[in-house]
Amino acid sequence: MPNVKSLEDLKKIRDEALKKRDIKTPGARVQIVVGMGTPGIAAGARDTLKEFLNLIEAKGLTDIVVRQTGNFGLDSMEPVVKIKVGDEAEVTYGKVTPFVANQIMEEHILGGKVVTANVIPAEVK
Amino acid sequence: MKEIALHLLDLAENSVSAHAKTVHIDVREDFRTNQLITSVEDDGDGMTEEMVQQVIDPFTTSRTERKVGLGIPLLKESAEACMGGMKITSAPGAGTKVEATFQHSHVDRMPLGDLPSTFLTLTLAHPEIHWVFTYTFNPPYKGSVRCYEFDDQPIKETLDGLPMTHPDVISYLRSSLEDGIAEARK
Repeated sequence: MPNVKSLEDLKKIRDEALKKRDIKTPGARVQIVVGMGTPGIAAGARDTLKEFLNLIEAKGLTDIVVRQTGNFGLDSMEPVVKIKVGDEAEVTYGKVTPFVANQIMEEHILGGKVVTANVIPAEVK
Repeated sequence: MKEIALHLLDLAENSVSAHAKTVHIDVREDFRTNQLITSVEDDGDGMTEEMVQQVIDPFTTSRTERKVGLGIPLLKESAEACMGGMKITSAPGAGTKVEATFQHSHVDRMPLGDLPSTFLTLTLAHPEIHWVFTYTFNPPYKGSVRCYEFDDQPIKETLDGLPMTHPDVISYLRSSLEDGIAEARK
């Protein structure tokens, strides 16, 4: 059983991170927003969000913010995730299972190529 | 919903929509009284008596000015099916408290589910809100009540502007929540 972590551990993490960080980029490069209304949650949005967090943790990515928001009104497409990379246009994805979250991370966020199969076209919205 | 933890996430989202600044989520597994008690309490907008009735039973009223979901009616039904119930305490300007009680051993009770994930996603995805989570475990037969509390205020102060979604901070929060709850359950 590992010890429950203390704030001292967190201070170390902070100092370490601030040492490494190039403070020139305060704004995050990538924004991930997961729809967490009742339909989203029922469709598995929490696991999708958790998968993004796991990937950020595993890959050590420091320029991504993850947020959650209410219902997007696209219930049949849940879980719905919006991705914004830098100045590019925001992309809305539907039916984002943890597997698709992996694809989005690899191909879109890290590779710069939109995962077309899960994009919700503008006319649906 | 497959888990009580998902219902808690859903209720917490309502608190966020109601402009809460501080949200307390309490979970108590009490094997002495054979009860599982959860509550979500916020300091958000609050509701009138009429609005409370509407969120509990959105289909018996014709009023439509407020968007109402099915999260709360579903939770109420699940709790009542397990010899428990749900109670909403609210007043405009005074926040809202939603309590749900289940008979712990009831065969129909849905599993508590992944509490650390619910808490982790709320903390990380709504950093502007002050979150306080408590998990209480009252073991059967012998042993004393054990309680784990997670308050994100000191954590945010310590971070001093470093984003919560920094990978090392995610690991820290995840293991704090997972270990804290597991420790209380031992």
